[in-house]
Amino acid sequence: MDWETVIGIETHAQLSTVSKIFSGAATQFGAPPNVQACAVDIALPGVLPVLNKGAVERAIRFGLAVGGPEVISRRSVFARKNYFYPDLPKGYQISQFELPIVTGGAISILTQDGEKTVRLTRAHLEEDAGKSLHEDFHGMSGIDLNRAGTPLLEIVSEPDMRSAEEAVAYAKALHALVRWIGICDGNMQEGSFRCDANVSVRRPGAALGTRREIKNLNSFRFLQQAIEYEVRWQIETLQDGGSIQQATVLFDPDTGQTRMMRTKEDAHDYRYFPDPDLLPLVVSDETIEQIRCELPELPQAKRERYIRDHQLSAYDAGVLTSSREVADYYEDLVKALGGGHKLAASWITGEFFGALKRAGLEISQSPIGSRQLAGLLQQILDAVISGKTAKDVFDAMWNGEGEAAAIIEAKGLKQISDAGELERVIDGVLAANQKSVEEYRAGKEKAFNALVGQAMKATRGKGNPAQINEILKKKLAR
Amino acid sequence: MPLSLPQVKRVAWLARIEITDAEAAAAQGHLNDIFRLIEQMQSVDTEGVAPMAHGQDVVQRLREDRVTESDQHTLYQAIAPQVEDGLYLVPKVIE
Repeated sequence: MDWETVIGIETHAQLSTVSKIFSGAATQFGAPPNVQACAVDIALPGVLPVLNKGAVERAIRFGLAVGGPEVISRRSVFARKNYFYPDLPKGYQISQFELPIVTGGAISILTQDGEKTVRLTRAHLEEDAGKSLHEDFHGMSGIDLNRAGTPLLEIVSEPDMRSAEEAVAYAKALHALVRWIGICDGNMQEGSFRCDANVSVRRPGAALGTRREIKNLNSFRFLQQAIEYEVRWQIETLQDGGSIQQATVLFDPDTGQTRMMRTKEDAHDYRYFPDPDLLPLVVSDETIEQIRCELPELPQAKRERYIRDHQLSAYDAGVLTSSREVADYYEDLVKALGGGHKLAASWITGEFFGALKRAGLEISQSPIGSRQLAGLLQQILDAVISGKTAKDVFDAMWNGEGEAAAIIEAKGLKQISDAGELERVIDGVLAANQKSVEEYRAGKEKAFNALVGQAMKATRGKGNPAQINEILKKKLAR
Repeated sequence: MPLSLPQVKRVAWLARIEITDAEAAAAQGHLNDIFRLIEQMQSVDTEGVAPMAHGQDVVQRLREDRVTESDQHTLYQAIAPQVEDGLYLVPKVIE
């Protein structure tokens, strides 16, 4: 019998403000312990939180990107989530509970079966806790409160995903989006973007099964592995006649397994209540409209525009909108070219990405800028060089040998488009390859390609391929 | 809805307040007085009245996103029971 997997994801995205959500301490990563923890962050008596405008604006930007003005609460409330842990100096975390800043919205993901919409339940503002270090302190724990008070946006999805692949596609789409709109740097190694996955299984059409929550997954690979393991474990448990207990589990990357952290019985009783230190957050229509005007064109809109106006394939449009850097590169390139959308798209997704990948570079570190690549593609459009020669020129450019035009000149790579010269070369090729000519005339299409190859060889790769094709066809037809 | 003694003890435990049985009984009396007051207040018709999240009917002011605090950790750590390498040391708690 079949099982259906049901997954919902909670994501903590660290907002890219320079100061903390409720204090003026810095948020920079990697500072020495506690140098960025001020009196508010370490909860000295008498201090009061003051809300950071930058954090609120980023949350609004997110709401606009996933649902528009109607998903943004005009009035939201901060609440205290009470629990005791040494890296939470106040004894409560300031979060939002009943009235979050964003309610609803959706993210669209690409799956094997095409586009799918994952609904969002909510997104709320909250502060991060500090960090506990359990090693090397003679049986004690070391506490670093630099991270305490760092602004987070917790984004909660509906249980709309049906496989580990969909969960990863969602996490990637969300990751790309928060970076796209500039609210989070998305650095997963530094913990700026971490996911919790709620996983359950059921018979298709049955009521939702009991879920277990996998905490703190900070890579897409771990997300995939943890869900796959958890789904297998749940199905085996049920098939062996067991039942699933609601629980929080941790994923161990070394063993590839999940292990129990706590059951429902010892789940926390957070006793949420409105924080009397903070007043309700009121957001005006004007503020929302102003932020909306500053929002960049979103990946979804760009994708549709590339398919509609640039005649790109859905795949190319998807790849070119995978990040803002890539989309900017593509747009700068076609702007410099004054068109050539398909050529630009295939060069970026092919040769250019291949070279970046081989060198282990990000697009921002590319030795070939968009204007330089435009210089190369222009040579192809002007039929100065063939696409094949262009790849050699590209390699030379990558190695820092200069601009495309200069390299073509210096290496004498200009393609031969002189009809008279090409006809002479082809006459020679036909005379020397009578066997291929006969085979072609006998109906063997492959023989034609052999002749093209010989003609290219005779021109040392510099013959204009389109012209060679044309002349060959003309001569063979006689 | 009066509070039972075990409920009082659970609330005390959640707040990490140690109370004796006698103190728990006294707290139960005080808390139930407050609960009776709340029950009395609940008889007021609040139909159509939006709940307030704060005692004052004003809204949150926002701070510009600027770093205004400097490093004062040595000063703060002067009153900490134990520190090492800039870290506060506490009894080991692993969740």
